[in-house]
Parts: sequence; C-alpha cells; structure tokens
Amino acid sequence: MKPFTYSRATSVADAAKTAAAMQGARFIAGGTNLLDLMKLQIETPTHLIDVNHLGLDRIEPTPEGGLRIGALVRNTDLAADKTVRRDYGVLSRALLAGASGQLRNKATTAGNLLQRTRCPYFYDTNMPCNKRKPGSGCGAIGGISRSLAILGVSDACIAQHPSDMAVAMRLLDAQVETVGADGVARAIPIADFHTLPGDTPHIESALKNGEIITSVTLPKPIGGTHVYRKVRDRASYAFALVSVAAVFGKDGGGRFAFGGIGAKPWRTPAADAAASSGAKAVAEAALSGARTTYHNAFKKTLVERTLASLYRQKEARS
Amino acid sequence: MPSDHLTRRSLLQGSAAVAAAAPTLASAGAATARPTAKGETGMIPVELTVNGREVHLQLDPRTTLLDALREHLHLTGTKKGCDQGQCGACTVIVEGRRINSCLTLAVMHDGDTVTTIEGLGTADKLHPMQRAFITHDGYQCGYCTPGQICSAVAVLEEIAAGVPSHVTDDLDRVALSDRELRERMSGNICRCAAYPNIIAAMNEVAGEKKA
Repeated sequence: MKPFTYSRATSVADAAKTAAAMQGARFIAGGTNLLDLMKLQIETPTHLIDVNHLGLDRIEPTPEGGLRIGALVRNTDLAADKTVRRDYGVLSRALLAGASGQLRNKATTAGNLLQRTRCPYFYDTNMPCNKRKPGSGCGAIGGISRSLAILGVSDACIAQHPSDMAVAMRLLDAQVETVGADGVARAIPIADFHTLPGDTPHIESALKNGEIITSVTLPKPIGGTHVYRKVRDRASYAFALVSVAAVFGKDGGGRFAFGGIGAKPWRTPAADAAASSGAKAVAEAALSGARTTYHNAFKKTLVERTLASLYRQKEARS
Repeated sequence: MPSDHLTRRSLLQGSAAVAAAAPTLASAGAATARPTAKGETGMIPVELTVNGREVHLQLDPRTTLLDALREHLHLTGTKKGCDQGQCGACTVIVEGRRINSCLTLAVMHDGDTVTTIEGLGTADKLHPMQRAFITHDGYQCGYCTPGQICSAVAVLEEIAAGVPSHVTDDLDRVALSDRELRERMSGNICRCAAYPNIIAAMNEVAGEKKA
C-alpha cells in the first residue's frame, strides 16, 4: 500500500468538506473493496476519512411509506431487517446472494453501490485498462471477456458492474441521498447514480468531488412475488454471470432488473412492458442493443433461460 | 513493481534476516514496536481488547487488523492466506461478528473487542468447536482451521439470531441444516477439502447447544 494519512470524520458536513479540500482523499466505511484495491495500488488515496462513526446506521420508515436505509447499514443487517424481509424481499435475496458472511458483516449499503468492477483487466496492473489508467486502452476487448458486460458498454470499456444489491435497488427505484462539499443535500434516482463508461470509464457515478452518501431510500413496497436469481460459476461466493431481480404482480405484470450483464445495474421500461408476454419477450426487450464478444455471447441465452426459469417457478407457485 | 529496487540478492539477504529474527520476536511474547516501511507518515495509537486483554499499539495506518494481530501482538493463530478476502483464513470475531481481518485497518477498530482462535480456547481447555473439529477430523494441514473455527462459531450464532442466508427458503424461518451450514461457510476455503468433516463438527456443536 502507498502511505496515507487517516482521520475519523466527526460529522457528515465535515467529512464532505475534508474530502473536497484534500486532493486524493477517500472515504472508508467497510473497506472490503477499497483496501483490496489499495494493496494492489489500483487505488492510491493519500488520505482516508473513516466515516464509520457518523451514526448513519439506522433503518427507518419514511413519511411516504417507504424506508430510509443509512449509508453505513451493513449488508448483513439490511438483509436480515424484518421490514426488508417482509416488504422488500428481493433486496434481502440480492444481498444474501452476494459475497460471503464475513464480507457482508463489514460491507455497507453505500460502499456496495460504489464497489468497483471485477473485470480481470482492471485488476491486472500489467494490462491496459481505461478505467484504471485513462487512455491506456482496454485489455478486455479482444481479450478473455467471458464475465464482462454486454449492455451499456463502449469502445473504451466493457467492464461489468459487480453488485447484486444495486440490482435490487434499481428494481425498487431507490434514491441515493447525499450531502455535498457545500453542505447541500440532494437525492439522486438510482437510475442516474451509476454512469455508463462512454469514453470516460474511470468515472462511475454521479457523485461530485467530496459528496458523501448519507442514505438510500426506498419508495412504498411493491406488492407481488419478489425473486432474485443469480447464475454463477460456483453455488456460493462468486460474482454473477447473469442475475435477474423481479417482482411479479398478481395481474400478470412484472418488473425486472439485471446484474452481471450491464456496465451498470440494468433495467429498461420495455422489459417491464413485456412482462405479460413471457420470458422470451422480456429477454428480447432487456437485451436490445446488446453488444457481445465471442466469449460472453452466451449471456444473452442465459438471460432468457434464467427468466424462463423464474416464470416457471412463478407459475408453479400460483 | 513499487519504486523500491529489489534485487534477488537483497531480497534473499532480507529474507535471511527475517528468518533469523523470527525466534526472538516469537519469544518476546508481548507487543513490540515493528520497523515500518519507508515513506510512513505518522503512527496512530490504537487500543484494542484482544481475547479479553487490553492492548495499546502505535501503528502505521496501513496496518491491517490481521498484521496487528500477527506481527505486533504475535497472535499467529490467525493466518494470512490470500490477503484479499477470498480464502477466510484470517477470519476473527470483532464486536461479536466474524470478519476478514485482512480487509480492514487496525486503526478503524480503535476501542473494539477482538476474539481470535487463541481467545476461543486453549490446549488445556478447548472450545467445543475446537474439540468437535478434532473429533470429526475437520482439517488436514490445519492452515485454514483457525479461520474455519472462528467462522463456524459465529455461523451458529447467526443462525440462532435468525439471520437468513442465500439458501433459506422462507426468510422468516431460519433453521439449521447441512445446506445452510455449507452456504454460510462458503467464505472459508479448505485446500484439503475437509468440508464434510467441518459440517459434521458444526452439527455436533449445534446439537449440544440445542440440548
């Protein structure tokens, strides 16, 4: 690791201000992704602001009938929360499908949203990577790209977004609440929170310099059957090749979000609109504009089959 | 490569020096100041309660909790495997929860309570999980075992507390099963594949608890 200095933030405003004022400063919460990348010198912060003691670890109802999840709520606690289990089952399921018990005990809600790609070329500092080193090229395009994204990709980057939790958040239309360096709070719809690579793959979110996530809010619960299906190379503790988050309504409608296939958690209105027409139609709508490589073209088929499996499961239950 | 120019010779000389120094460090027993890497930017005081004992350390902020335990407190029961959160050999229990000690900084845990394998039991007075691992042959080479045992102890507590897992059918009804144990132990890898015996050991301890 490169040397860095360390401080504990005493307030949200202070954390944001410090982060904006110190070039190379980063927030640290769970640290499970940041420290990993710091050991490899892919992340090289000069100062770490420990935000673990800001009290942002509560889950509480909103006046609108939804839920406010503190930025520091650990993945284990969010998945096990009684309200989340009952009213936002897809979120519990997505969280439990991710990482290991040890990591979920440490990883936070905000940190999960901000985790970086698991593209092997991003991790291998001997390889070119526009995300790690802007302008250096992309080793993944033309490389071994089996795990990588097929939607939202660009000529500069085909890295996949690795999160399971964020896929459920996208499905549920969450909002990311932040405070900026100027002390001003704002709410960013999850659809706008993660940015597509384009020709600036090193920029991954709408957060501005110093801006800190304080909570994630969920709107009122969506009735219906909540499911999260993750397809991966191992039965446990592996990133998704394809994942589908879905809520099936009693009226035959449904909504869908996808992981493992997009440069960001993926959702399209057209896929939701096709819900009553079945798996094939939903897959076709969701995969519109997909750009595959020789190695990851299988993901299109896998999306359709994963959806088909969910539809069969739903029909068997009803 | 980092900016330090290492030659094979200097590396070998360095390794020899470390090897020669090791017995002295191990026999020191108590916390000792460790030389820090070049470019270090100031030490930070860290207070921990480790296995019931209060310890005060001065640490480079880069020090992981794992290195604080092993290098500074000489609690070498906790193992360094992959050092990137994949293998689980470094699992310890902090504030009652199992975590990967390699993926967290010691300075982030100032004031925290840590339990390592040395704190669970001793050779004279084994923790029930340690005894069960012996009874059921839950290891071969033993390198992953301290992490497996810390994880196993915490897993039974998680199940008792009703924390669901990926394989829990009904999120509100968490029950013990081999399937649950296997899923929950997936963050601990055993190169010798002692997995079935680890599950047997956990079942035995869980059964004792129920009785």
